[in-house]
Formats: sequence, structure tokens, C-alpha cells
Amino acid sequence: MNREQNLVNETLEIVGGRAEAEVLADVGVTSLTRFANSFIHQNVSEDVEQVTLRVALEGRVASSTTTATTHEGLTRFVDATIETAAGQPVDEDWAGLGGPTGFTAIDHWDHTTASADPTARAEAVRAFVDAGEGLLGAGYCQTEARRRAYGNTAGRQVHGRFTTAVVDGIHQTPSSAGSGHAAAMALSSIDAGAVGALAAQRARDGIGAIDTKPGKYRVVLSPECIATIAVFLNVYGFNAKMSEEEMSFVNLGEQQFDETISIWDDPTDSRALYLPFDSEGTSKSRVDLVRSGVSTSLLHTRRTARKAATVSTGHAAPDSAMWGPFAENLFLDEGNNSVEELIAGIDRGIYVSTFNYCRVLDPKTLVVTGLTRNGTFMIENGEITHPVTDMRFTQSFVDAMAPGRVEGIGSDARFADSEFGPTFIHAPSMRLAQWNFTGGAGG
Amino acid sequence: MFDEASLAAQGALDAGATYADARVVITKTESINVRNQNLDQMDRSETVGVGVRALIGSSWGFAATADLSNESIRSAGERASAIAKASAIVPGPPMEFADVPVVEDFWETPYEEDPFLVATSEKVDMLINVTKTLQSVEGVAIAVGSLTFYDTNKWFVSSQGHRIHQHIIESGGGYDATAIGERETQRRSYPQSFGQYETGGFETIRAWDYEENAQRIAEEAVALLTADEMEERETSLILEASQLALQIHESVGHAIELDRILGWEAAFAGTSHLQLSKLHSHRYGSDLMNITADATLPGALGTFGYDDEGTPAQSVDIVRNGTWVGVLSGRDSAAIAGLPPGGMVRADGFNRLPMVRMTNVGLLPGEGTLDDIIADTDDGVYMSTNRSWSIDDRRLNFQFGTEIAWEVKNGRLGRMLKNPTYTGITPQFWGSLDRLAGEAEWVHWGTPNCGKGQPMQVAHTGHSASPGRFANIRVGVRA
Repeated sequence: MNREQNLVNETLEIVGGRAEAEVLADVGVTSLTRFANSFIHQNVSEDVEQVTLRVALEGRVASSTTTATTHEGLTRFVDATIETAAGQPVDEDWAGLGGPTGFTAIDHWDHTTASADPTARAEAVRAFVDAGEGLLGAGYCQTEARRRAYGNTAGRQVHGRFTTAVVDGIHQTPSSAGSGHAAAMALSSIDAGAVGALAAQRARDGIGAIDTKPGKYRVVLSPECIATIAVFLNVYGFNAKMSEEEMSFVNLGEQQFDETISIWDDPTDSRALYLPFDSEGTSKSRVDLVRSGVSTSLLHTRRTARKAATVSTGHAAPDSAMWGPFAENLFLDEGNNSVEELIAGIDRGIYVSTFNYCRVLDPKTLVVTGLTRNGTFMIENGEITHPVTDMRFTQSFVDAMAPGRVEGIGSDARFADSEFGPTFIHAPSMRLAQWNFTGGAGG
Repeated sequence: MFDEASLAAQGALDAGATYADARVVITKTESINVRNQNLDQMDRSETVGVGVRALIGSSWGFAATADLSNESIRSAGERASAIAKASAIVPGPPMEFADVPVVEDFWETPYEEDPFLVATSEKVDMLINVTKTLQSVEGVAIAVGSLTFYDTNKWFVSSQGHRIHQHIIESGGGYDATAIGERETQRRSYPQSFGQYETGGFETIRAWDYEENAQRIAEEAVALLTADEMEERETSLILEASQLALQIHESVGHAIELDRILGWEAAFAGTSHLQLSKLHSHRYGSDLMNITADATLPGALGTFGYDDEGTPAQSVDIVRNGTWVGVLSGRDSAAIAGLPPGGMVRADGFNRLPMVRMTNVGLLPGEGTLDDIIADTDDGVYMSTNRSWSIDDRRLNFQFGTEIAWEVKNGRLGRMLKNPTYTGITPQFWGSLDRLAGEAEWVHWGTPNCGKGQPMQVAHTGHSASPGRFANIRVGVRA
């Protein structure tokens, strides 16, 4: 039995028969090598070992997390959590614990990545930096190895493990920057030199950017931009908590997106990362959120499922009581167009490499403001003609993908770096009929 | 815990570090969330661990562990040095490190009521009652109240001889009411969006008198559904103090971070429009603009005794009468820039590398009151309480949305306006500051959710502000 399983069982033994309880134990290593001005300036590694406990005493619920995992520490931790729960009012929405369950034994794990040392990460950085000769590189290489176990007093026990690797960065000239990104289960499958080369090309192509008049433009958005859009759909739209509170745009069964759009969450996909169960130990399987433009499902935790009289889809996180469910293995269906083909059909439009600092103005309409960054280019007569300075947009992300608004989807789907973090969204490039730019570099 | 921290630092030195420091940190957190009179979350957590930092050549190596056995602690120190050595594969110039006084000291947040000793039932009842009041107003669909408390003990040692123990207590919370229309949501928050956070005990929560303001907040949320939409135009913009505090955070606080100016954050958080060569000459704003970074302000969220490099808390002038004169710095960045270290390096836990963070970056007060400013405005808008915020990676081009606004006509507040937004460019915007209210309305607003760095760190920062007015601002931007 692994360390994380032992921690779960030890914690449950300490709880004994005093309460309903569920325990989540995480053990692993996260390491990140960071570079700027083309050299490594920050280089970190953290041993992770923590236990999260939730107890319920006839509906009185409290939770707690600790990194003090000695037997003495766990005993103090369990006793304090039970004592806290005893003093609370009943949580009317407490859904109880799930019983024993089977789950798909998926192992998104690479031994070499799990044991990657700082030299391996530094070599990836070297390759990225070398791909931009004469430019200033900045970014990071991260490797993560995590084992997780879940157990509860109702007899549910699941465990699993995953690795991830990310190379992400920019190259800069004195007047421009370009970005590159790759994420995978294995560091060895990432060509850091190619990531750096794309960043360098975008940076060089971005020299001499000129201001462009704000207004409505056709756009070709990179996988990074689409991944950012998908985060907002995930958090504000397909989140059953948002739906229950009438804060979501989602109307199940309605054609809310263009018929070319399909979105699903699936940890069983061979390309996926992370675990096949959630923080409540619920097994995950494929959930189709949008099928040919029709909104088909919401994401659920046990709590939201109870309210909606349905079953959990396995998308709980430790803070889900507050924020609702969240998808960790989101896929957007790719098309069959190259990026050049997406660009070729546009008389006048804009290509965007990355979005930056997107924030929602209204969750229900999903109107978001944000900026372009690290490579924005004018498209004229089917070709990129020149770089443009960063622009601000104010745009409904749902309307942008509405029926008839998606004019093409790229065949380049990959794990893309949304501005909220890498590795959990697999997205292609996309051509959209209209994007509302509300300001240029001058305001 | 000094012994454990010393063992970690010694492990790094023995493995080749030219300098090493270590922090043992114990952080207790209590988070309570009530939604529509139901206790959604009661969480009390504790993290314990040691983080050790080793400097070799051009790079920091950092390792952290929650295992406080001697073997594990020493291993973390050795690992920090090994990581720093590996950085030589992609080397830079040797990292300089400015001197600071070597100190042995204990510092503690002044507080009256330990928030962890206040009965949880009292805290939960307080939130249940306030959400009940919010829900008593017809049209309020969602009423949320929350309280969060932090109790942090840090033992810092350095290879230069620092031994500093700090005990920092932070308290915060607030509530909001949401009304939902056919194709929109409207929210009002108190004391500000995400709540108000300060250093101090439970007395800071009591001082905001949650119940007193709940009825008004709920009624405003409902009224917004039928309020007129703000029209797009250029006009005088009066900002309520908490919104002005966030404006300071985003368009001044981040821009003056020396690590950003030096390019260390270029790939993620971004850089800055500021150039060191223009320190003491760059015009940041109007003559009314006086900004300090003051880590000594009693009660403000970014107040402490020493930063996480052992540098004493201090007040540094950032903008004086509109001219840029200072930066936020640490011992390494300050040495490179040839400036005195500002004591502004902090980490958000034992497991994170300390980095340049805002302390209390605030706008010194002017004269008069908000009412005076409104009375002195023929045509404009008054916007209150942040709803959205977005700014580019050089901290120049921003757009903010607030929860509520009122038109200002002939010196009086007029119609309520919904979905208010404003946009601008940092130096032009601050250059248009033409009125600033006085000390009576000057509040140490707290921002508990400032994200920066990779791996991501969340800092707690303070921003003192009173209401202010800006001329000729573009408002009412929409999709």
C-alpha cells in the first residue's frame, strides 16, 4: 500500500465511529525551473504531503487540511475537525458520502517525468532559450508527480497517480514578444526547442507593430485563446451550481453554439491528464457538455446533484461547496483546417496568439473584457500582413461561438495554456466571424 | 523552531550555497462561508513546513518540505543548493545581494480579540443573520457572507545571522447580495467586493457593522435590475475609495515592482511601462498624486515587522507630487538597480520562494469630503465597488467595472446606473486626478487575492485611499 493510502486509512482509523468522514491524501513532488532575461533565476521544488478531511455529525459538517501528517499531528487534526463540526448548524445541502464504487484504472504516469531532476528541466530551458538567438527568453519548465488516495467511512476507496510536464515561455525583442507552450504527461514528449522556436518566430514577426482602430473584426484565435474561453465556459456555464442559481447561460437541449462546436470532459482519453476520480471519490467518465452546438450536460458534485435530483459526474474539488464543480480534462473538438487555411478566407481580420487578464463583466451573458498579448497580427486578403499593438476586447464568449459565428476550426488541437494555468484544456485554433475590440494601445 | 530553520540553512551552506536562509512557517486558516442562511463551508486548516533558499552564482535554488524530521530538513537544504547549481546550465550574471542589518527580534500584529478564540457559533450566526437580512428584501436571489482568518508564525534565519520570529494575524470578510434578471445578474457587496481584510483580530470585523448596511446593499442590488444602463462617453469620474484602492493596486502597485521592471516576471505577470532610467523624472500623475509603500501602517493588510528576507518594514515614497520616485524591491533586485532594499519580499507559505510583493501601496489623502467633490462636479458619474478588473502586462491599458454608479448633475447625485465601466491609460488617467478627499474618508483597504509568480503565489496587500475625481475619462464601455 502506498503512502497516500496509508494516510487515508490512518486518518479514518483515528476518526473511528465518531463521525461520517471522507479523507483525501496527496503525496508528490512539484518542481519548477523559471528563467528570465535568458537565464535561470528561480528554481524550486516542493515535497507535497497533505491530508484533507471532511466530517459530518448528523449533517453538521466541517473540513480541514493539514500538512502535519505524523500520527500525533493527524490525531490532533481529526479531533479538532470533529469538535468544530459539532458546534455548527446543520448543512441542509450536505449530500452524504458515496458508497463503494468501481473506477476506471487509468494511469497517466511517466516514471522519467516523476523523477525528473533540475538538470532535466534546465536542459529544456536551454533548448527553449537557444531557439531564440539574439532574443530575451522568459518562462518556465515544470514537472509534477502526484499520488492521491480517497477513502470514506461508507467504504469507498480509490487511488491513482499522474504526472505532468510543461514548457511555457516567451521570446522578446526590444519592441515585441511571442509565446510558445507545450504540456504533456511526459517531459520527454515535449520538444522545448520547437516551443522556443515558435515563440521566437512570433516575437520577430511582431517587430514594428502598429496601432489598429478598435471595432468588430473577424478573428483567428490560437489554441491558447480558445483554452481561455473554455475556462469561462467551464467555471461560469457548465457549472451546475451556477445553473442552479440561475447565473449560467446554459440551457440544456438548446443550440447555443455553432454546430461545429463539441466540448466534453474525459479523463479516460489516452491524451488526458490527471485522475479518474474527484475529491469526493466519485468515478469520472466522459461527459459531453456540447454536442454539435447543443448544450447537453452540466458538471455535478454530490452536492449539486442532490439538489438537481441527479447523480454526480465526478467534478468536485475540496472547495466545491463554495464554487461548484470544475472539469479538469476538457476537450474541444478539432476541425480539419490548417491555421493558414483559417487565415486564407479573411479579407480583413486579426490573428491573436494569446489573451491576457480576462475578467467577466456579467456571468450570465459571459461578457468578458481582456487584452491580446505576445503576438497580434493583421490579416488582409487572406494573409498576415503586419503586426498590430495589443488590443482590448469586450465580448460575450457565448455569442462569439453562437450558431453561424464559427467559420472554421483548426486541426491543431493540443493542450493549451489558458491564462489561468496550463494542462487541463485540449483546444484547437478557431476562426470566428466577429470579435468586439473596444480599445487599442492608446486606450 | 529556530533550530529547524538553522538546520535547513546549514544543509544548503554545506552543499555549496554562498548564502542561505530558511523559514519555518505555521499557518492556521479558518474560512466560513454562508449562502442563503445555510453554512456552506466551515474549514479550519493548518500548514506546517520549512522552505530553504540557497544562492549560488546567478540563481536561487529553493526547496520545501512539510516533514520536520532532522533528516528531511537537512535534505531540503542540500536539495536547494543542488537545484541552484543546476541553474548554471543556463547561467546569468552573478546575483548581487544588498546588505541589511542583521537582526534578532520578535514582532507581533497588535490585536484585541484573537479571531480563533471567538466561538465559531458567533461567527456563523453573524453570517446567517446578515444573509437573512439580505434575503428579506424581495428580489435578492443569492445572499452570501464569509469570514476568513489567518494566524501565521514564521521563524526566519539566515546564514548572515538573522533570527526573527513573527506572529501575524489577519482578519477579513464581507457579504454580497445578487439579484437575477432575464439576461443579467446584479450584485452589491459590503464592505467591498471580496470583503475587507486587515491585520488585527476579530475587532476589525466588528468595526464594519455588517448588519447596519445589509438592507441598503440588498435594495441596491435589486434596484440595479431596473436601473438605466450607463451610456458611453467621456466625463468626470468620481471613484469610491475601495475602487480607487484597486486602481492603485493594478496601475501603480504592480508597475513599481522592481522584479517586473527588471524583466523577471516577463512571461507571466508581465513587465512594466516604467524604466529605471526615468526614476525621479517620469511624470506618473497630477500634483495631487502622492503614493507611499508603507509596511508600518497599523491595521493595514500589508503590515509586518520584517519581510521574508529579514529586512525591516519601512515606508518608501513611490510617487511624490506626481513624479515617480520609488520602487518595490528586495535585496537582490535592489542591488542590481543600485537602490536601497525596500523590505518588500514575501512568500505566501513555507513552500514558496519569497518574491517582490506590495506592502501597503496607498494614495495619501487630500482635502475635503466625497460630498464636497460631488457638490463641485457639474457633470459626471460616481462609481462604487469593484466588479471586474483587467489591465495589460505593462500596466498601462486598463478597464474596470464597478457594481453600481450614479450620474452626477449640477453638484448632486442623480439616476442610479448599472453595468458601469471605465477605461484608460495609466499616466494619462493619473494625470487627470483633480480632486482627492481628506483623511476622514481615508481607509486602509485590503486585497487578499493578489496573484503573481510561478508556481502561483497569493499575497495579501494593503491600499489606503480616499475618494477621488478624474477628468475626461471614457466610461460606459460595453460589448
